[in-house]
Amino acid sequence: MNVIEIKDLVKIYNSSEVKVKAVNGITIDFEEGEFTAVVGPSGSGKTTFLNMLGGLDRPTSGSVKIGGTNVWELSSRKLIDFRMNNIGFVFQSYNLIPVLTAGENVEFIMHLQGKPKKEREKRTKELLESVGIGDRIKSRPAKLSGGQQQRVAVARALASKPEFILADEPTANLDSKATSGLLELMSEMNRKHNTTFIFATHDQRVMDKARRIVTIEDGKILKDERFER
Amino acid sequence: MKNIIIAWRNLWRKPWRTAITSGSIFFGVLFSSVMTSMQYGSYGDMIDNVVKFYSGYAQVFTEEYYDNKSINNSFELTDSVIGIAENNPVITDYAPRLEYFTLASNEENTKGSIIIGIDPHAESKITNPGKWVERGEYLSESDDGVMVAIDLADFLQVDVGDTLTLLSQGYHGVTAAGKYPVRAIIKFPNPQLNKQFIYMGIKNAQEFFGAPNMVTSLVMMVEDHYDLPRAMRLLQKEVKPPFMVMSWAELQPELVQMIEGDRAGGTFMKGILYMIITFGIFGTILMMISERRRELGVMIAIGMQRNRLGAILFFETLFMGLIGVFAGVFASIPFTYYLYRNPIPVTGEVGEMFVQMGLEPQFTFSMHPEVYYFQAITVFIITLFIALFPIYKSYTIKLTRALRA
Ligand SMILES: Nc1ncnc2c1ncn2[C@@H]1O[C@H](COP(=O)(O)OP(=O)(O)O)[C@@H](O)[C@H]1O
Ligand SMILES: [Mg+2]
Repeated sequence: MNVIEIKDLVKIYNSSEVKVKAVNGITIDFEEGEFTAVVGPSGSGKTTFLNMLGGLDRPTSGSVKIGGTNVWELSSRKLIDFRMNNIGFVFQSYNLIPVLTAGENVEFIMHLQGKPKKEREKRTKELLESVGIGDRIKSRPAKLSGGQQQRVAVARALASKPEFILADEPTANLDSKATSGLLELMSEMNRKHNTTFIFATHDQRVMDKARRIVTIEDGKILKDERFER
Repeated sequence: MKNIIIAWRNLWRKPWRTAITSGSIFFGVLFSSVMTSMQYGSYGDMIDNVVKFYSGYAQVFTEEYYDNKSINNSFELTDSVIGIAENNPVITDYAPRLEYFTLASNEENTKGSIIIGIDPHAESKITNPGKWVERGEYLSESDDGVMVAIDLADFLQVDVGDTLTLLSQGYHGVTAAGKYPVRAIIKFPNPQLNKQFIYMGIKNAQEFFGAPNMVTSLVMMVEDHYDLPRAMRLLQKEVKPPFMVMSWAELQPELVQMIEGDRAGGTFMKGILYMIITFGIFGTILMMISERRRELGVMIAIGMQRNRLGAILFFETLFMGLIGVFAGVFASIPFTYYLYRNPIPVTGEVGEMFVQMGLEPQFTFSMHPEVYYFQAITVFIITLFIALFPIYKSYTIKLTRALRA
């Protein structure tokens, strides 16, 4: 079943005199449970593509349908709620609210969703344990390593029970040990809970784990390959 | 609730910056409270001074008397006139006066002066002339003597125990003449008054001017000048032509002008002070927002509505202001209390000037609530106003740009 249906997606940046076609006509679907890497050289349009897909950056033309909802037809308030309930985000760095502890960061999104306190606390504990840092629930982000912070970010992304998780270069700032740990965690989540993941990356180790690799160049899809892993 | 917690914790991410910003507010509030306290203190002194020297807080007299201070424009002190003062709950004391010009002489010296006919007991609660007695005794209830101001007494060469001859025109042209024993010599701080005043019991004065039971004015007191507006509102309702009522401010417009001028100067200084504070807070807010751009972007991305983000930043700004305001007010209370109990003495020429005006040579401080809450409210409003900026920012921040920051 298709979770995401993308049609003729275009993004043109009109900064100064030059027009940059950051994304230049992408049509693609993503299915539930996929573990996809979007790869390509720097400046190829990965971030722009993911941002449009994640309801963060308005396309110049084309459509993004998530679970049947055309996200770019939503009002800006509705769009924020839609992101909260349907999309988990893991950014490259500084994902967490610095003044909240690891636990509070995870709980916060459920708080925004209006989940009852009991459920929030229980789920926060479970999630932090499942990403392997149950003992750091009371630590603030600054007290955690980069890898631990990304784990909290994954836990937070999962907390809202989204349709899929978008991760823009989640390992770019991590050393190799933390990178493989985080990858292991994400693929485990994917296999165990059938969570859909879409990464942008140019990290070979991430690609090696991916079961689908979409290669973008100059804002266009160059290759779309699937692997049995 | 969570908003407030996040805002509060945000405040302490850069404790020094918060401390400096709140500290600038603190000193601003402290400084302007102390300044206001001194202004109010000195206005109070000046008002008290004219009020307690002479005019009282308010006076009732006839409309003709206001235009022409003649004995012929005096009025009979009936129960209904007394009732105006007696039935006013804000008025604490009142006293009748009969004032008019006279010639005073002793042997070959003669001088124009002013007779002030007073009820010795009632007047002692208002201008309390007894305070200025240099020699002799204050007038007793039905005294047939007079008290003479010191320079006048020197000129006439009279002293306690001597007799003074007075000659004037009485009510509707009757001749007024009499001899009065001098009971006391009075020395005012104000040299002008020292040349003119003769105090006499009001009964005595009425007899002298041939105007039994007549008075020129009824002088009234309230607890302090903050009570006056209410007293005046009630009086204005009660006093009808041919009578009229005037407050000290209407009787002494020059003093009001002087106070207003000084107040304007103070307001200008406070305006500059508050402007500096405003820029200080604003600068901090600008820095804070630009530093946290990415973080704000992440919060909106993961699902925080912009109004909620605005609320967090609003509270953060507000807290910064409130800490400064409360600290400032709490520090100014003991500070001004100390100064209130221990006025700062003024020496030298300025001190001399104070004395000539009849004031104690010192800067006094007021602890009127306005001294504090005015500063608190002003800074609070400034902070509210500045706090609109982060709200505006949280609505306009561009998500993709914030996330790339
Ligand atoms: N806000 C922007 N304004 C103008 N050009 C932009 C903007 N964001 C990205 N671009 C351009 O769009 C192209 C794609 O950028 P991006 O999506 O960040 O690529 P990637 O993530 O693959 O490195 C680049 O040429 C980049 O310079
Ligand atoms: Mg990128």
